[in-house]
Amino acid sequence: MTLLTVDDLVVEHRTPGRPVVRAVAGASLSVAAGEVVGLVGESGCGKSTLARAVCGIGRPASGTIAFEGRPVKPLGLRRRDRALTGVQMVFQDPYASLNPRRRVGDQIADGLRAAADTATTPADLLDRVGLPREFATRYPHEFSGGQRQRIAIARALAARPSLLIGDEPISALDASAQAQVARLMRDLAVESGAGLLFISHDLSVVRLIADRIAVMYLGKIVEVGRTAEVWADPRHPYTRALLGAIPAPDGAGVLPAELPGDVPDPAAPPPGCRFHPRCPKVMDVCREREPEFGPVACWLHEPA
Amino acid sequence: MTERQTARSEETAGNGILTISDLTVAIHGKEILRGVDLTLEQGRVHGLAGESGSGKTMTGLAVLGLLPHGARTRGRIELAGRDLLSLAPKRLNAVRGAEVAMVFQDPATSLHPMLPVGRQLTEHMRHHLRLGRAEARDRAIDLMRKVRIPGPEEAIDRYPHQFSGGMRQRIAIAVALACSPKVLIADEPTTALDVTVQAGILRLLRGLCDDLGLAVLLVTHDLGVMSAVADEVSVMKDGLVVETGPRGEVLREPRHAYTRALLDALPENARAAEDAGTESSEVEPA
Repeated sequence: MTLLTVDDLVVEHRTPGRPVVRAVAGASLSVAAGEVVGLVGESGCGKSTLARAVCGIGRPASGTIAFEGRPVKPLGLRRRDRALTGVQMVFQDPYASLNPRRRVGDQIADGLRAAADTATTPADLLDRVGLPREFATRYPHEFSGGQRQRIAIARALAARPSLLIGDEPISALDASAQAQVARLMRDLAVESGAGLLFISHDLSVVRLIADRIAVMYLGKIVEVGRTAEVWADPRHPYTRALLGAIPAPDGAGVLPAELPGDVPDPAAPPPGCRFHPRCPKVMDVCREREPEFGPVACWLHEPA
Repeated sequence: MTERQTARSEETAGNGILTISDLTVAIHGKEILRGVDLTLEQGRVHGLAGESGSGKTMTGLAVLGLLPHGARTRGRIELAGRDLLSLAPKRLNAVRGAEVAMVFQDPATSLHPMLPVGRQLTEHMRHHLRLGRAEARDRAIDLMRKVRIPGPEEAIDRYPHQFSGGMRQRIAIAVALACSPKVLIADEPTTALDVTVQAGILRLLRGLCDDLGLAVLLVTHDLGVMSAVADEVSVMKDGLVVETGPRGEVLREPRHAYTRALLDALPENARAAEDAGTESSEVEPA
């Protein structure tokens, strides 16, 4: 069953006196129940903006977002739509996302209240994320980054989400905690039958936990596929470059391939295919027409 | 330590430009480093791996005399015949930035946001090398060219926020190189960057090391990064170096159980283990 459907989503950032920035420029994506989708791309490609739009933070310029078949209403001054309690987000920085002046148990209880769950206690949730039950009475400053992120996950889970979103949830953590927290998110989401949209620029971690992977470049999703397949046979030249830039820990001393050029300014994207100025396989058609198809948005892989 | 490794460290001891021996650092009575031995050689990158809390950053900071207030040290850090640990603060100031320089993880915080990058590049040249304004500026433009900043003549008057993350890190490297140091300590220099940008910085570091004969201590948790640029690799755990050796040996045939655990915990290897139907081991933080 499809939980989340994002169709041709456009999100723009407007600053007076500056050109409009299309952070998300027509992206489509779906997440099914019990599925883990990894969204990867370089910083500034619009992946966080997309995640925020899915939660109702920010108003899309066009396109649709449907959660469990119902359109997601942008967050306003009124109470968030009750149906949207089913979408919960774990943010990047647990030092900023937890309230430093409230006990972690109280913060987790907020989520339980949102789901009208009286049977579960905050301690039960701490248990599920692998922390001792008695931590509920402590404050965030008493914990390490990895522990705080576990608490943030417990708080998100308390609302019994059917879709969990992680916006770079591991990038603020130590290397040794990263894989653990990523796995924990995966296990907890899959266990409860929820979907997980996991956003990260760390490709090796996404490979570890995602069933499907979506690669984003300059506001567009350029390739979608099963993780193992994309890894074994990346088809979009950008995906190839991205995977090729990961240094292998094989002791061979091979410097990773460099992708020439910088990410273009999203306020003035290049005409035609957005990747063409940096693409090693650029053709005439790439400079003129944008490849508006999937699962690989590249003229080399145009569906017949 | 095995016989072969001891033999190796003896044979290279002559070329060592910076030698750390039996370095012990205690902060508030707690021993953070417990007898670290490490040798940096000219034109070589020495990678220092280990999880956070293992003491790799502290080792780098100790070389520069930048340990937190109240830290007590024992052992020797020898640079060109002098022991940096016993140097008077004023004498150490003459070494810091001039002979030993450092690049930090996050270029957004290591550069001053309110000063043009040119000013940050020329500051220690003017101080350490007593260069005049115009001379320092010319040299700064040269440095920016060396770290491959496009249009250095104009770029020198811009502020850090006008550059991308990768360009900022290149500038931070240029700042570190301003006084032609012999030793460069790079603490997680690519951790805050995207993989595509990281590739460029790693190539730059490797090139600088080869061309300028720099001795680089590369502190990183990323064994892929280590594998790409380091010549020698040391692995730290709980304030001790548990394994040292040439890159290929340490990463391909680790001798210490902890190094093997680190390698097994890599997402790549964890996935492989999972595909093979076995449970992968995870390294628990100390």
